Amino acid sequence: MWKNVHVVELVVFAVLFVAVSAMGFVAARWRRPATMEHLDEWGLGGRNFGSWITWFLIGGDLYTAYTFVAVPALVFGAGALGFYAVPYTIILYPIFFLILIRLWSVSHKHRLVTPADFVRVRFGSPTLALLVAITGIVATMPYIALQLVGIEAVLKTIGLTGDSTVARHLPIIIAFAILAAYTYQSGLRAPALIAFVKDSLIYVVILAAIIILPTKLGGWDGIFSAADAKFQASANPADGVLLNANNQLQYISLALGSALALFLYPHSVTGVLASKNRNVIKRNMSALPAYSLLLGLLALLGFAAIAAKVTPLPGTKAPDTNTVVPLLFQGQFPAWFAGVAFAAIGIGALVPAAIMSIAAANLFTRNIYREYLNKEATPAQEAKVSKITSLVVKVGALLCIILLDPQFSIDLQLIGGVIILQTLPSVAIGLFTRWFHKGALIAGWVAGMAFGMWMLYNVSNATRDHFAGSNFPLSKLGFDTKMTIYAGLVAVVANLVVAALGTVLLRAFKVADGTDGTARPDYFVDEDEPQGAATPTEAAVA
Amino acid sequence: MGEPAPPAPDPAGDRSPWNWLLIIPIVVPLIPALFNAIEPKLFGFPLFYWLQLAFIVLGVTTTTVVYQMTKRRGAASGGDR
Repeated sequence: MWKNVHVVELVVFAVLFVAVSAMGFVAARWRRPATMEHLDEWGLGGRNFGSWITWFLIGGDLYTAYTFVAVPALVFGAGALGFYAVPYTIILYPIFFLILIRLWSVSHKHRLVTPADFVRVRFGSPTLALLVAITGIVATMPYIALQLVGIEAVLKTIGLTGDSTVARHLPIIIAFAILAAYTYQSGLRAPALIAFVKDSLIYVVILAAIIILPTKLGGWDGIFSAADAKFQASANPADGVLLNANNQLQYISLALGSALALFLYPHSVTGVLASKNRNVIKRNMSALPAYSLLLGLLALLGFAAIAAKVTPLPGTKAPDTNTVVPLLFQGQFPAWFAGVAFAAIGIGALVPAAIMSIAAANLFTRNIYREYLNKEATPAQEAKVSKITSLVVKVGALLCIILLDPQFSIDLQLIGGVIILQTLPSVAIGLFTRWFHKGALIAGWVAGMAFGMWMLYNVSNATRDHFAGSNFPLSKLGFDTKMTIYAGLVAVVANLVVAALGTVLLRAFKVADGTDGTARPDYFVDEDEPQGAATPTEAAVA
Repeated sequence: MGEPAPPAPDPAGDRSPWNWLLIIPIVVPLIPALFNAIEPKLFGFPLFYWLQLAFIVLGVTTTTVVYQMTKRRGAASGGDR
């Protein structure tokens, strides 16, 4: 069924993959709790991870396999614009530092597991919490699917591809079945343990690539001139080794919008809530940028691929640029080392995919199952429901890849970023102020969603009429300019305006607001301070 | 509803003037005028690339300073494993 398979690469890849999977199963015994039948254990690893584990876990969580193939692919295709990942991951941490620390404290105090739990207790509104939960689940699914796109880029390069559906998808189904099984058994402990291996591999591979590749490709000077020559020759006005007047706003709004979106994703919150105290989080905010350096260097491999004259493998319609980095390794390094690099990407997909499915499952359990289906759920029932939901979520992501064009998953992910941003007013701003009225937040969410979708629908390029990116042309809002801007950021501004006006109106008409179940000191508590009622929802309702 | 816990002993919460320092690494990387140029090059890297990579160091430095200045002393801090 598979011809032209690169055997050495495949063997190295498979051996490392299997070894890591075994670790995933053993992880259930690591720092073994009295019982796994509790969401704090299965879903948050016991809420007790120290600085090192948190560093690997959050690093493995935020810097996904997809990032590792897609960012260089973007740099390969568009040049400077693709480098937005660097400012994005720089401004991320100061923002995390200020916001997530408060979320950790209030979650510790009230035993919260998800961002929607927080909204529930803060605004006393199950409806608003439901909206936040659904937004999180919907935004996370295509993100998981993209991890599969990352693995597929590698498998394709190894040669595990073909015309039939089975030939193309069987390896990924096997990989995902293994992932689903050990996540089911070990919960968050599995990705936490695997992240050590994944990140060590990634660091070794990237450092080797950054040191060796320039010597083969005429130094960095040569690499940048090759890239410049390619972009000069291309017809696309938006590409180049520098930004131009029309895409600078896009660059910074995309960096800012992506940073604001990232900590709203449920899987980021899961990683943070699993750490044991405030200092662990703060310390990590200054240590995590080590990954940003890695990502920045990796992005430059997109230029190295231009200099090495890499031609991407064919995709369903256009060439699949996600194969650029795998092909670069295949062409420039011995087969065994390419195998190690591929394993790093493959395993790199498993860590975030596991955390994301756990986070989505927790949202379902806490904010849908417990809120609407079984109000008396015991911790054991919650853990059980989450475990099963994590399987469902993974099957859903798998179906996305098998049934839909991969391009469609990428589009969905783009939409995911825009919609998750619409939870900013209730989750992030809610951590600082209770000023907004719950009804106005719901109205703002609706407005932001609608406006965001409308903008994405109206983004076109040479080959596609709709949903062709997130770079919304300001001319469509009546501005006389060719500048584009990240649609998500504009949508969240609209959301905030509606929420603010709505709050003023609802207050003027004295419409009843929800009860705030939190108190100001809750946002500063640390590990040694007492935890409040185990059931925040009841506290808020009673 | 249940009465909230008595006020924490630290009424100032986590406010600290040091936090303002975090504005720098949020704002500086978002000013393309600072880095959108080829010259001066460094080790073959155009300014656009090496300066933005250097901003990572700026981010690390400021967050480290703020962490050191705002961390809770005496508590079972850090939690190295």
